[in-house]
Amino acid sequence: MEERITIAGFGGQGVMAIGQLLTYAGMIEDKNVSWLPSYGPEMRGGTANCGVTISSEDVGSPVVVDASTAIVMNKPSLDKFEPTIVEGGKLFINSSLIDQKAERDDIEVYYIPANEIAEELGNMKVANMVILGAYLEVAKPVKVESILEGFTKVFGEKKAKLIPINKKALEKGAEVVRKQMAATV
Amino acid sequence: MAKVLMKGNEAIGAAAMEAGCKYFFGYPITPQSELPEYMSRELPKAGGIFLQAESELAAINMVYGAAGSGVRVMTSSSSPGISLKQEGISYIAGAELPCLIVNIMRGGPGLGSIQPSQTDYFQATRGGGNGDYRLVVLAPANVQELVDLIIEGFDIADQYRNPVMILGDGMIGQMMEPVEFKAPKKRELPEKDWATTGTGGKRKPNIINSLYLQPEDLEEHNIRLQQKYNDIKKNEIKVESYNLEEADVVIAAYGTTSRIAKTAISQLEKEGYKVGLIRPITLWPYPYDEFEKINDNCKGILTVEMNSGQMLDDVKIAVKGKYPVYFHSRTGGMIPTPNEIIEKVKKIYGGEI
Amino acid sequence: MAVVFKKTKGLTDAQTHYCPGCTHGIVHRLVGEVLEELGVLDKAIGVAPVGCSVLAYKYFNCDMHEAAHGRAPAVATGIKRVRPDNFVFTYQGDGDLASIGTAEIVHAAHRGEKISTIFINNAIYGMTGGQMAPTTLVGQKATTAPNGRDEAHCGKPIKMSELLATIDGAKFVERVTVTTPANVRKAKKAIKECFKLQLEGKGFGIVEVLSTCPTNWGYTPQEALKWLEENMIPYYPLGNFRKPEEVE
Repeated sequence: MEERITIAGFGGQGVMAIGQLLTYAGMIEDKNVSWLPSYGPEMRGGTANCGVTISSEDVGSPVVVDASTAIVMNKPSLDKFEPTIVEGGKLFINSSLIDQKAERDDIEVYYIPANEIAEELGNMKVANMVILGAYLEVAKPVKVESILEGFTKVFGEKKAKLIPINKKALEKGAEVVRKQMAATV
Repeated sequence: MAKVLMKGNEAIGAAAMEAGCKYFFGYPITPQSELPEYMSRELPKAGGIFLQAESELAAINMVYGAAGSGVRVMTSSSSPGISLKQEGISYIAGAELPCLIVNIMRGGPGLGSIQPSQTDYFQATRGGGNGDYRLVVLAPANVQELVDLIIEGFDIADQYRNPVMILGDGMIGQMMEPVEFKAPKKRELPEKDWATTGTGGKRKPNIINSLYLQPEDLEEHNIRLQQKYNDIKKNEIKVESYNLEEADVVIAAYGTTSRIAKTAISQLEKEGYKVGLIRPITLWPYPYDEFEKINDNCKGILTVEMNSGQMLDDVKIAVKGKYPVYFHSRTGGMIPTPNEIIEKVKKIYGGEI
Repeated sequence: MAVVFKKTKGLTDAQTHYCPGCTHGIVHRLVGEVLEELGVLDKAIGVAPVGCSVLAYKYFNCDMHEAAHGRAPAVATGIKRVRPDNFVFTYQGDGDLASIGTAEIVHAAHRGEKISTIFINNAIYGMTGGQMAPTTLVGQKATTAPNGRDEAHCGKPIKMSELLATIDGAKFVERVTVTTPANVRKAKKAIKECFKLQLEGKGFGIVEVLSTCPTNWGYTPQEALKWLEENMIPYYPLGNFRKPEEVE
């Protein structure tokens, strides 16, 4: 088993954070993991992305060039990363901010209105967790419990009070994607 | 101790503190600034000192002073900053002081870029400063190995009274991986009775020095340094290798690039190709002898680097013309992909290059 | 028989390499005497960088650390930060401190490093053979200024004490000379005050000593002293520029 995930969006959308959560969760489950961020001026106001590898084997290249999954939170990220997904891979599109459809038909595509769901939940900041919830539901790279266990490790103990709303966001994302999966079958 | 997920740059700091290093002198530069930031947060809590110097020149000279005073001390920078430190590194090597220097390499020459590169291989292994000196150069490929080599690096430095350089790149500095802090193998470390600590009225003055105005004296000093370097060559070479007995092609790569090579090798194996790997962990001393283990029928050695061919020279020295040596390079902050390497190996197989 | 004078324990028995008539010898002796009189020889660590004083590690009878050209304040910073209970001093020339090492001295002063600096200003590069220094006077000849220093070409000589006295972290700044017995006594007093400042943990201190270089100036020792008094003192006035109480 090896999942190579690219997560991309604007700086501030929490793409680095959900990458780290996935990585932490993988570590908790004794898998081999690696998290590699883009860094430098492009992060200041531009797009940010990170590559996460979760594997039962040693992690080779930490650079995700042929992603098994891409999670894109804004349009520039869709344009940049859709072509990098392997055939049969998965693409999660934040349809709240991206009004265009994927071009490829050799991958599974899921449209998650992450910002709208987050808004309904009363906290715009959890949009990243909504789309992460959808991804976890489909690909099951790690357990939701492991993500929650890693939460305070990534965000600090002070943020523990935010666990319930983040858990809800994960569940909502899973719920939305389940409906889409049912529709496509 | 349980595993923790750490960013490479922060793991360096944690490992150094684990090794008993309480002093850090540095100057900010991307992509290693998380390390001085970490040290500025954590060292004071442990009763240590973090000091941001006015320049890299000053930082390495503060290290020179602190190392001369007998403590475990380190500095870090990235390529252009390491160039500025060469003066001090040469003095530290000449005065035979132990310390740890971290270079998280970025693209060059000049200001270059801030993206990963391996373009300082020559500078690190040949001696970027003046004079006949050597650094022990360690090239970790993952964050766990980075931590292990930092901790052991301080011991190596103390054992031989020699500066040790950790040569990483922007990728390993920025990436997060699980790490565990383990004690290194036990070494007999000499007492630092040469350090400037004040005579205390109990001994003759100690002098930290690299100046020998009499040619006879300087020659003798250099001969002694070379004897020490020979001891290091004998005792400290580290290398990972596999499939050398049956490989048709052997890839030579170090640091993060070796991981990309490994991904390519496992893909090639699935397709029926027999590919080996030599991954030097010490870039100096270089594991030349490892190349003797390659089988006679090997079609060639493919060196993969994020520079225009620097370790390539050492590979050529190692194979002594016995096999053709090929090269795959990405530079400027571009990172080679497994597919590029796979294609190159297939071309070597097919006799196309 | 009563001993009325003896060599200070602050210096070793090594014969110095300084040229006849050079005032380095006097300043060495003053530093050695002050170290001894303050009782800090056992815990003193001196830093001698490149320049005529490069061999000072052979002459001061305490732990010594060589430094690269200009970097003594950085080396001393490293030592003092890890050994705050030791007494740490640098002994630097004008090419070293006022040219290649300006960043290091300014920032050591700026941080208020608790180190003491002896700054020998003889308006020339001595060790390398009489080249122009940043402190060379306008019109003064040097091997790299054969027609004398030209202000339009390379500016006026830099006044380091005045410059350093503008920095808050510098708690003691004084310029002295050693041309007469009276001046030698004043110089020793300044060095002692400067060193005490470090022992009291008050911050950075520096004593600039106007010195002669008969060899490279091309004068006899007596002529050199006269030249210093007639030419250097008018441009580099003697006196204290900063005392701790003024800073507070």
